[in-house]
Amino acid sequence: MPDKRDVTLAVNGKTYAVSIEPRRSLADVLRDDCGLTGTHLGCEHGVCGACTVLVNDKPVRSCLMFGVQAEGKVVRTVEGLADGDTLHPLQQAFWENHGLQCGFCTPGFLMLAAGALQENPDMSDDDIKDVLSSNLCRCTGYQNIVKAVRLAAREMRARTRA
Amino acid sequence: MSFVGRSLRRIEDRPLLMGQGAFAADCNWPGQLHMRVVRSPVAFGRILGVETEEATALEGVVAIWTIAELDDLPPIDFRQMGLERLAPYRQFVLARDYVRYVGEPVAVVVAVDPYIAEDAADLVFCDIEELEPQLDATAEPVAFMPDVHPGLMSEPAVIRRGYGDLDAAFACARRVVELEVKIGRHTGVPMETRGGLCVYDTEKDTLRLYGAAKVPHYNRDAISRMLGLAPGRLELSEGHVGGGFGIRGELYPEDVLVCAAALRLKRPVKWIEDRREHLLAANHSRDQVYRLKAAVDSRGFILGLKADFFTDQGAYVRTHGTTVTDLSAGLLPGPYVIPAYDVAGHIRLTNKTPAGTYRAPGRYESTFARERLIDAIAIELGLSPVEVRRVNLIGEAAMPFDRGFETLGTRVVYDSGKYADLLERVLAHLDYDRLQQQLTERRSRGELVGLGLGYFVEKSGLGPQDLVRMRLDMRGDIEIVTGVASVGQGVETALAQICAETLQVPIERIRVIHGQTDRIEIGFGAFASRVTVMAGSAVKIAAEALRATALEVAARLLQTTPQALRLSNGMIETVNGSASLPLGDVAAHLEETGGLTGEGRFASSHMTYPYGIHAAQVRVDPATCAVTIERYVVAYDVGRAVNPMLIEGQIVGGVAQGVGGAFLEEFVYDENGQPLAASFADYLMPTCHEVPEVEVLLREDAPSPLNPLGVKGAGEGGINAAGAALAGAIDAAIQKPGAVAQLPITPGRLHAILRGGR
Repeated sequence: MPDKRDVTLAVNGKTYAVSIEPRRSLADVLRDDCGLTGTHLGCEHGVCGACTVLVNDKPVRSCLMFGVQAEGKVVRTVEGLADGDTLHPLQQAFWENHGLQCGFCTPGFLMLAAGALQENPDMSDDDIKDVLSSNLCRCTGYQNIVKAVRLAAREMRARTRA
Repeated sequence: MSFVGRSLRRIEDRPLLMGQGAFAADCNWPGQLHMRVVRSPVAFGRILGVETEEATALEGVVAIWTIAELDDLPPIDFRQMGLERLAPYRQFVLARDYVRYVGEPVAVVVAVDPYIAEDAADLVFCDIEELEPQLDATAEPVAFMPDVHPGLMSEPAVIRRGYGDLDAAFACARRVVELEVKIGRHTGVPMETRGGLCVYDTEKDTLRLYGAAKVPHYNRDAISRMLGLAPGRLELSEGHVGGGFGIRGELYPEDVLVCAAALRLKRPVKWIEDRREHLLAANHSRDQVYRLKAAVDSRGFILGLKADFFTDQGAYVRTHGTTVTDLSAGLLPGPYVIPAYDVAGHIRLTNKTPAGTYRAPGRYESTFARERLIDAIAIELGLSPVEVRRVNLIGEAAMPFDRGFETLGTRVVYDSGKYADLLERVLAHLDYDRLQQQLTERRSRGELVGLGLGYFVEKSGLGPQDLVRMRLDMRGDIEIVTGVASVGQGVETALAQICAETLQVPIERIRVIHGQTDRIEIGFGAFASRVTVMAGSAVKIAAEALRATALEVAARLLQTTPQALRLSNGMIETVNGSASLPLGDVAAHLEETGGLTGEGRFASSHMTYPYGIHAAQVRVDPATCAVTIERYVVAYDVGRAVNPMLIEGQIVGGVAQGVGGAFLEEFVYDENGQPLAASFADYLMPTCHEVPEVEVLLREDAPSPLNPLGVKGAGEGGINAAGAALAGAIDAAIQKPGAVAQLPITPGRLHAILRGGR
């Protein structure tokens, strides 16, 4: 069997010590070695964005990064979005606005939007649409996803000001 | 309080938002092995040998099998619309003698790790003598497998339907309008690829397959038959399903292989396909060519329609049998009277991935053909396309309208509809005359803008039946067990709302169990927009039975009559408000005698027929041939809307897929039958930039008389007429009537049209 490397990952504020082959994608490491199956794989070549996670606060396709490359970096997945039972404003807005149907692409969209809004809380509606065009959804037709992110962004700005 | 008709947020969303879903790949079992399929690299050829030695030697490989080792497995049978003469065209779980498409399973590798399984699969060498592939479904049929089935040709069946006196229609026609159109090869492509985990229970000697979808009961029985398992030895379990669209959950070779592997090795075996495999191996769809000939009078009324069409079925006939071709033939006439009709639908095999249904199967295609024909009639006679539609629509007084033949084994009887009324509503919504004037003015200023329409009749609610069992426990929580399935469309919420309407319990207190074959003995699954119609009706019946029991018991406890009681917010109270008790107390009272339960069974031998209109306004950029959709309207009459927000979600999502099929998505093959769209880099799906804002006119003008809710299925209207409306809009925008005769309308094709070709 191929050689494994011992790697320590920081995911959602927790430390995971894993022994992994260097060729394993970050997505596979998160799902299979850390047990965080909320990150989904839709294409494994960086097009669909279902596997989007935040690495050092930036949205990253976790299928295009090796797990060993995440050592020393801070990873955030969909499991780290809510505050206990309290949903993140993005999650809440997706729920209220029917921004998901099958829910498979949802974690990727949530993390993509979370990363983008963290970087620029004042994104215009057009900016939001531009960002969201980097991921694929096959159920919703996007209308409610775009709406949910716009409303969540507004809510997050209001909270920051308050 | 009313629950049906309200846009309530979904009860199934929370785990999906939190990353706690249970999709196929999320299921794991201690000691599980991983399966990888070795696929044919060529489109057509005779198998000379499969060399597995090098792969077998790889550390961590547990087993490698070809058809030689699985010779006892029969081919995969038809779930729907099977015909005896189709039998020789069924697919075996692994290729036998010949390979017939790139991606066909040839061997299967089982290993301790998915990466190792993939490494090993790469080391398996398929020695294949390549033969000339058949890639054109309209070409003369060729031999299917020359050495194995001498004389068996690549046209397994021709589906014929007809009625009326076609000769007489053509004899008295003012004009004959002819048309040939083509719809490209594309398919559902759910975001979750297929997969499953089959667990062998050593103590009970049973198997359990996780990752089931769509039709778990049927698939349980079919896999059991193939593997020779007695009833009760295999159960299927559905978790979350990442999109269905017709293709997901049909029985594929891999589903059988993963169960066969678990059974043989007596270990848990997991299989998750990658996207390339999905695009090569899961059902393709569409890909039809229509040749239409209509006899019309001076008003554009169609006196008779003669239609020949070809379905590119791909390499084998899979579980759907003749379904797509049958539905195409059955619903091609759409909302129009058409007093004489004759159709021949040719099912043709080629060396491409086998095909099945995709959302609005046979209707996306036939609506494109029919509505292109209506536009062509308008052009030939110099009439407005709206006027031609108007004179051909079936009148309200003619409902129920019997088409005079069957589709999917049920007689085509449009149950209800106000077709003309809906057309007028759409025109009013668009302010049609004024809008056309504006578009004309913009065109006079050099802009390429235009409007297109597509009218369609959908079908939904295919029987034969569904069963629901309902139980209210001592806490007042309700569990609904049904044999239908969820592919992510909101089944749980819709069924909970129907239950809540009768029992006046908040939907958050209702749990809906679906897709578990060990929880209920029958189930017919989620397809053909049938769940709300069939299971929804069964839920209503079950809830009414439970309600009657609850009122009777409560009346005794409260020393009154059931008529003096009502339900409200989980309580039973006297109408005058003098006394009340929680429903959970009634359940507690009945605990020793079986609890507070209800059962509902709903059977139907007819489908319901929702109907609608798409209107699209587009702008074409003459420099890049890019098309911008400026406005998109869908009017859809679903009889009764259980949850308007979810229905609008279905419609908008359908439009997005329809836009994909109209502009982007196409499985292209080279002359050797090599697929050129085997990744998301080449198989292009719409992003939020390509999908327009959709205005939905959700109507409840013509409830179905065929079920107690009056509902008609809402899953497929959003995609149905997208190709038709967009094609009409582009014709209008570039002022070349009838120019668009092929989908998808790629920039290349549009460029050719603008340059002067068709």
